[in-house]
Amino acid sequence: MTTEDIRRAQLERVLKKNNYQKSALLEILHSAQEIYGYLDQNLLVDIAGSLNLPPSHVYGVVTFYSYFKMRKPGQHIVTACLGTACYVKGVKQIIEAIEEEFNLKVGGSTADGKLSLSLTRCIGACAMAPAVVLDDQVIGKATKEIVIERIRNVLAGERDESV
Amino acid sequence: MAENSMITLKIDGVQVSVLEGTTILKAAKDNGILIPTLCDLEGLTPYGGCRLCLVEVTGSPKLFPACTTPANSGMEVTTNSERLKSYRKMTIQLLMAERVHMCAVCVANDHCELQALANQLGVNHVVLERHFTREPIDSSHDFLVIDRNRCILCLRCVRVCDKIEGVHTLDLKNRSKDTEVIMDLDESWGNSCSCTGCRKCAKVCPVGAIYIEGEAITQTKHRDVAEFITARRNNR
Repeated sequence: MTTEDIRRAQLERVLKKNNYQKSALLEILHSAQEIYGYLDQNLLVDIAGSLNLPPSHVYGVVTFYSYFKMRKPGQHIVTACLGTACYVKGVKQIIEAIEEEFNLKVGGSTADGKLSLSLTRCIGACAMAPAVVLDDQVIGKATKEIVIERIRNVLAGERDESV
Repeated sequence: MAENSMITLKIDGVQVSVLEGTTILKAAKDNGILIPTLCDLEGLTPYGGCRLCLVEVTGSPKLFPACTTPANSGMEVTTNSERLKSYRKMTIQLLMAERVHMCAVCVANDHCELQALANQLGVNHVVLERHFTREPIDSSHDFLVIDRNRCILCLRCVRVCDKIEGVHTLDLKNRSKDTEVIMDLDESWGNSCSCTGCRKCAKVCPVGAIYIEGEAITQTKHRDVAEFITARRNNR
């Protein structure tokens, strides 16, 4: 069985569990993203077909929620907080520095698929503003130098020991 | 509750009788009182998106969208107070400022519901800064063209495509100011495999966002198509 077959079977199980009900679309999309990591167009067409929903409707739901991703995320994910506190403390400069340093755009990944950059609203760590999340670790009181160094370390395959 | 029992209510001081379950908008319209609206269209499911049909109901500080609020027995509805007029003017200005509404260069000039309503309500300028969106025009379809810069997101096209034509090619993507009408999986219209080319979206579009290439707008707009088809279906 290939990975694809296993994933397919997992998705099929979720669909069955929800009785192929149209109203369970959101839940199924959540599970599908968990299984596949992101939702690509063919997957959306498949889900729409299984639930007997118009593809345009499914696409609309997926693009409405920022949680759903339609592009393959990078191996490592750096997320900058755009909450008021972080914004005031200059997270914008950090984002620009990351974009320049690693040659990627917000919402996209590097060409080698190693790193992707996303934004989020307040993560609730305002006292540590500006905050940047690297994979699952929060970098508080971040500066562009610190963040870039940490990203470099992670990309170089080192375990992040500085927390 | 009997489906066809009559109820009485007061609209702008006039006593009217309507069937139970009728919306305030319909009740007013049937009795010759026109409440402005852009998203509501007879024959389509009420949507309550444009907020132009907001009315006052005595006894409640809230405003109610007439198109989705069912008329109740004993209700006293005001459709045209000074407050409502000023709100409606502002709503029109917000719609105008949201995208690009330049009547002089629009295909629907003189056949546009937004323009007509602006004239009727006396909106002669927009106090807000306009967003000049720069969405590319999609004319990849054989004869249908969509200019999303003129779209007011009334969803008439989406509803007519779903409820009347039954294919649901059109839907919305994204949210807030990035909301756009899409075909299938955000494909160009020419590549959309489910579109039947029935033209109903162009017929019901209140503005000039969807139109038929090379056809005079006077021949395109048949906004009662949804009402006609729904009535025929119900009479079967």
